[in-house]
Amino acid sequence: MCKDCAQSGKYWDCFEEILEGYSGDKSQLIPLLQKLQDAYGYLPEDIIERLSQRTGIFVSQIMGVATFYSQFRLEPVGENIVKICFGTACHVIGAENIADAICRELGIELGGTTEDRLFTVESVACLGCCSLAPVITINEETHGRLTPDTARAAIRDFKARKAVAV
Amino acid sequence: MKKIIIGLGSCGIAAGGLKVKEALQNLAAEADSGIQVSETGCMGMCYAEPMVEILEDGHRTIYGGVDEKRAKEIFQNHALGGKPVADAVALDSDGGGSEQGFLAQQERIVLERCGAIDPESIDDALAMDAYAGLEKALKTMTAEQVVDEVLRAGVKGRGGAGFPTGQKWKFAAGYAAESKYIICNADEGDPGAFMDRSILEGDPHSVIEGMIIGGYAIGAAHGYIYARAEYPIAIRRLKIAIEAAEARGFLGKNILGSGFDFKLVIKEGAGAFVCGEETALIESIEGNRGMPRIRPPFPAERGLFDKPSNINNVETLANIGWILRKGADAFSAYGTEESNGTKVFALAGKVTRGGLVEIPIGMTISEVVNEIGGGTKDNKALKAVQMGGPSGGCIPANMMDTVIDYAPLAATGAIMGSGGMIVMDEDNCMVDIARYFLQFTQSESCGKCTFCKIGTKRMLETLERITQGKGEEGDVEKLETLSHQIKTNALCGLGQTAPNPVLTTIRYFRNEYDAHIRDKKCPTKQCKALISFNIVSDKCVGCTVCAKKCPVDAVSGKAKEVHAIDQGKCTKCGICKSMCKFDAVDIS
Ligand SMILES: Cc1cc2nc3c(=O)[nH]c(=O)nc-3n(C[C@H](O)[C@H](O)[C@H](O)COP(=O)(O)O)c2cc1C
Ligand code: FES
Repeated sequence: MCKDCAQSGKYWDCFEEILEGYSGDKSQLIPLLQKLQDAYGYLPEDIIERLSQRTGIFVSQIMGVATFYSQFRLEPVGENIVKICFGTACHVIGAENIADAICRELGIELGGTTEDRLFTVESVACLGCCSLAPVITINEETHGRLTPDTARAAIRDFKARKAVAV
Repeated sequence: MKKIIIGLGSCGIAAGGLKVKEALQNLAAEADSGIQVSETGCMGMCYAEPMVEILEDGHRTIYGGVDEKRAKEIFQNHALGGKPVADAVALDSDGGGSEQGFLAQQERIVLERCGAIDPESIDDALAMDAYAGLEKALKTMTAEQVVDEVLRAGVKGRGGAGFPTGQKWKFAAGYAAESKYIICNADEGDPGAFMDRSILEGDPHSVIEGMIIGGYAIGAAHGYIYARAEYPIAIRRLKIAIEAAEARGFLGKNILGSGFDFKLVIKEGAGAFVCGEETALIESIEGNRGMPRIRPPFPAERGLFDKPSNINNVETLANIGWILRKGADAFSAYGTEESNGTKVFALAGKVTRGGLVEIPIGMTISEVVNEIGGGTKDNKALKAVQMGGPSGGCIPANMMDTVIDYAPLAATGAIMGSGGMIVMDEDNCMVDIARYFLQFTQSESCGKCTFCKIGTKRMLETLERITQGKGEEGDVEKLETLSHQIKTNALCGLGQTAPNPVLTTIRYFRNEYDAHIRDKKCPTKQCKALISFNIVSDKCVGCTVCAKKCPVDAVSGKAKEVHAIDQGKCTKCGICKSMCKFDAVDIS
């Protein structure tokens, strides 16, 4: 959404909308960052600075929180997010090989984003579908009972569907 | 009147339940049959998802492993034709079906309504006695009587530490303050566990009811549910449930005419394991970095916003409505001398029937893994069961008769934990498992206290060296020394329990450590630095499958000729071995 906003000069509209309800309660910092990240895809520097001005919370404090929690990103991400589960159940059934296969398929390292900005690959602690291990998600889709081969196929299939949809 | 119900917990959705639901909805609409299609939460049988139930006049027939084709068959034959598709029936309320063994020894208190109701319908929940315990508490009991009832029931905290809930409530009730808080810990940090998620997804009202009763008991008018960010479905269903409860007057002002007010807010976590620790969780709700506080003061005296607060786990709270409704005596009929009630476990790993299991406390590990879970997969030998996640330990196969209760489990070096139960077989390397958990706790260490921050780092480095074949004599002893220092000196439970996975694997699988260190060998052939993949020449028929599937082109060879693996290129991903139909790839 905000990609369009940015191009049409409405970059700050989302920010204003999110801050509209802010009452000065500093315990709202984490929910505010969550909403901002939802809107912008990550937490850009200029957004953090303006957030500090508006709330009176120091930039250092905001950065302290933003870097503490793994959910927050300080770099832009790809259009689609692949999350690979590294929970215990997935680990004992071969999560590492799944990660290898996917990273190789996309030509990036774990945590990286493809050059065309289509995919970011992240690791997560557990997706809560342990009985279907090993598990990954591609955006909202969950894929379970994977092998390195079917994991690779899942990425290819997703790409093919995207190409058709465009 | 027939109804078709599809299991749509996270597992059901992951296994393709949404497609099955859509297919059935289309079929129902086409047939213009008036058959209603609805959904429910996790039935616990994750291994058999997607599941579809046909409900007719109270009679339930549940099908497992349903795909779109099967769905059509079930619709045509059973929903329209009235004839069950016999070979696909998993459970039948008359006692039939192939999967009765999974449920036979379970008792359902916490999961009573999970998988039986539509979690988005408060009427479904009410029809199965949701909020009846609340009504009884508010209309017929004083706050002290509620605390006493919970004390008498003897329910212990299910979040890991096992502290008696009634006592905790008594402490919090004992501090006078103009405002107090009750907090539900739904952070479910153990990677490889999903009890709390399934409860929230399957029956959010049970947790809400427990919180309102707890609020009444300790005198708190505000509640927070701190929920893990990775659980979007649970959070959505909780929101729907809270709105519905407000609309029916179970939440808000003057609840059920009692004069008691209670407001409930959801806080989404942001991905930090340490925030499952209660004081770190409080810091996080206050908008700070989630770093634990020094206790005392305990939260019961000074917690959230410096006010008396009580924190309970999701499953603990889900017991409360039942206890108030049926009474402490009914609850204490389940369990052992020391511990009453049931415990929910998330059974996963190398087990045949993985899923959500609720058992009376006091069963043995073997009964859960072998009888309910159907034992290991693919006839492999059971090696160990991991309980308690990063704070717990690996219990070896020869101790499967250990009783599932707080004290006997602690005696093994593991813990009851929050309910993660991961089955490991002969292929799993125990040194690698220890390294895995240390890597987890080390990266989640908040950095506040030195023993945890630096101690776990040194332990991890040592374990990494061992798994890479660079271990030295004396490493195991160093690990033990560090473990004891960290356990006694770390500030919070994260550090205090982080060495447990290492200590239990050393205690029961010392020979594996020695093989890595002395012989530079991984007995289970898992540690990549210590193995190589090779083609067995008298088995290879030259089918070329491995060469085609190898992601790094490390396999060469012509059709119908013996292939070879270039060790310089091989990344040891194992695809060739898994694809070979002739068992011609060997690991040495
Ligand atoms: C590092 C760490 C992580 C924890 N994670 C959780 C968790 O995810 N869920 C939970 O209920 N309790 C967790 N706990 C335990 C809580 O601190 C607390 O004891 C519990 O929520 C109390 O509820 P209970 O008495 O109902 O069990 C964790 C403790 C530690 C030290
Ligand atoms: S361990 Fe991977 S989903 Fe839980």
